[in-house]
Amino acid sequence: MIHHLILRVVAKLLIPYILLFGLYVQFHGDFGPGGGFQAGVIFASAFVLYALIYGVEKARQVIPDAVLRVGIGLGVLIYGGTGVVSLLLGANYLDYSPLAHDAPHGQHIGIFAVELGVGITVASVMATIFFQFAGRSERDEED
Amino acid sequence: MILPHLPALQVVVPLLAAPLCVVLRRTAVAYGLAFLASWAAFAISVLLLLQVLDSPGGVISYELGGWAPPWGIEYRIDPLNAYVMLIVAAIGAVVITYAGPSVAREIAEPQRYLFYTSYLLCLSGLLGVTVTGDAFNVFVFLEISSLSSYILISVGATPKALTAAYRYLIFGTIGATFYLIGVGLLYQMTGTLNMADLAQRVPPLAGNRTILVAFAFIAVGVGMKAALFPLHIWLPNAYAYAPSVVSAFLAATATKVAVYVLIRVYLTIFGAEFSIAGMGIGYVFMPFAIAAMFVGSAVAIFQPDVKRMLAYSSVAQIGYIVLGFGIATALGVTAGILHLFNHALMKGSMFLALGCVFYRTGAVTIESMHGLAGRMPWTTAAFVGGGLGIIGVPLTAGFISKWYLVTAALERGWWWLAALILLSSLLAIVYVWRVVEAAYFRPAPAGAPAGEAPFPMLVATWALVAANVYFGLDTRLSVGVAERAAAALMGGGP
Repeated sequence: MIHHLILRVVAKLLIPYILLFGLYVQFHGDFGPGGGFQAGVIFASAFVLYALIYGVEKARQVIPDAVLRVGIGLGVLIYGGTGVVSLLLGANYLDYSPLAHDAPHGQHIGIFAVELGVGITVASVMATIFFQFAGRSERDEED
Repeated sequence: MILPHLPALQVVVPLLAAPLCVVLRRTAVAYGLAFLASWAAFAISVLLLLQVLDSPGGVISYELGGWAPPWGIEYRIDPLNAYVMLIVAAIGAVVITYAGPSVAREIAEPQRYLFYTSYLLCLSGLLGVTVTGDAFNVFVFLEISSLSSYILISVGATPKALTAAYRYLIFGTIGATFYLIGVGLLYQMTGTLNMADLAQRVPPLAGNRTILVAFAFIAVGVGMKAALFPLHIWLPNAYAYAPSVVSAFLAATATKVAVYVLIRVYLTIFGAEFSIAGMGIGYVFMPFAIAAMFVGSAVAIFQPDVKRMLAYSSVAQIGYIVLGFGIATALGVTAGILHLFNHALMKGSMFLALGCVFYRTGAVTIESMHGLAGRMPWTTAAFVGGGLGIIGVPLTAGFISKWYLVTAALERGWWWLAALILLSSLLAIVYVWRVVEAAYFRPAPAGAPAGEAPFPMLVATWALVAANVYFGLDTRLSVGVAERAAAALMGGGP
């Protein structure tokens, strides 16, 4: 493993910034380019990089399959749940206007929640897909 | 308070139950959620149908997200989609009631919660296709239902289920893409995706080449999803190798919804005048429909696997449905829509009965059904009940659809078509009789497994058989709504 030293150090340096950039794209999505989908992919790429350098098993310890599975469902629930909240507030499904004291703020909060849901689900799905494929090659080598 | 939001809830309830299944994971919890969501969807569809029939214009419009159509996505429900929605949701509720023991028998424990998740997604996708009034939204929901149905098929017991699912994936994706290309071309010409708005803007452009190309692309794309002969090649294997529950569910709903899209696109968006009088769409579809009736039934006769036989029979029955559309009169379209309903009941009950057979004997070949009448009397009787409907014996729902089809053919003076409908029904007698002969007149092999399937499975199967008989006697609901839907479609506007 010693000859991977540079890779390991650089990866360790990069990963926090990748995660941070993912969060930036997520939360800045309503002012600039970005949004939940892109942010989710960037966020997941940090875990992919970690798995490439340190191995899939270690990456799975960092983010267990159970967490990913909950993330996949949770994101969709946040998205759909936002719509249910607007239903309960008396508006149409996914009408964000009543979520705050006035319509523009309500729309802002609604989009924010929905994009957060998208981000969580996309990140979890991306990581799961990578782990499934990467885990398969490891299993095949054992055979 | 909840009544005005039913159109959204129709999709949202199963759609949100699906991720909950993933998060909660326990098989029992997932099944409970799927059960509740499916029955809730059924209740909503009944309420929606009643609302539509009561409303003065016969149309309910719901603005998703509060954005007014034609800019926002509109859920628009008229008698036609309320009717198709009722079929899908009713079959969904019956199938989920049946599913417990059957899924436990056929699908490995760690996969079961994901199975119910996919089932819920498929249900919400199919309901979404029918509820929406937005041409692009149809594509989105079509993909939701298709992707989840590939998963549902691929978990079948044999490795062949994987290739069957893969083939369906290829065909389904091509079909959906063709549909999308067609919608894209329409959007290019009109700048709108809302169906009601398209219906206003497309007819004046009739004869424009882009519109004609869109017309053709959608015909092929939706034809693939509906498994219209000769685009049906994916269907027999997909239905034969899928788990029993999935075969019953998809056979009774998925192709029906695709045929609904066909009717909706050609009679609402393009309009009856342009599609039928201008483009002669009836004459385009009719030869394929007639070929489906004969080829599907003829191939079904030679299948050793009964499930595969039913799949080919489905190809033939889709032929009858499209034939009604091809006759292209109000009565013909009524017959097509009516057969959509009746075929879902008949084929659903037959596939469910086969699932009971598989549960007990582990096989569904003709040989494995020798002497079945003595071993599983209720299941066999249910299968025969559905089979009588497929043949079109009086007092079953199948008779009513055949009656309307023949009447519609005679109304146009096409006595040869009426003769063809009756002739192809004779083929149905042959393939149903093969099973009857094996089950009632052949001795059971020694040591063959005996005993009825678990109670929930029998109840669900018989519920569909009973409905099959009920709608053969009391046609107020089935024919009444179909007539209203056809009148609205053929009378011009949506």
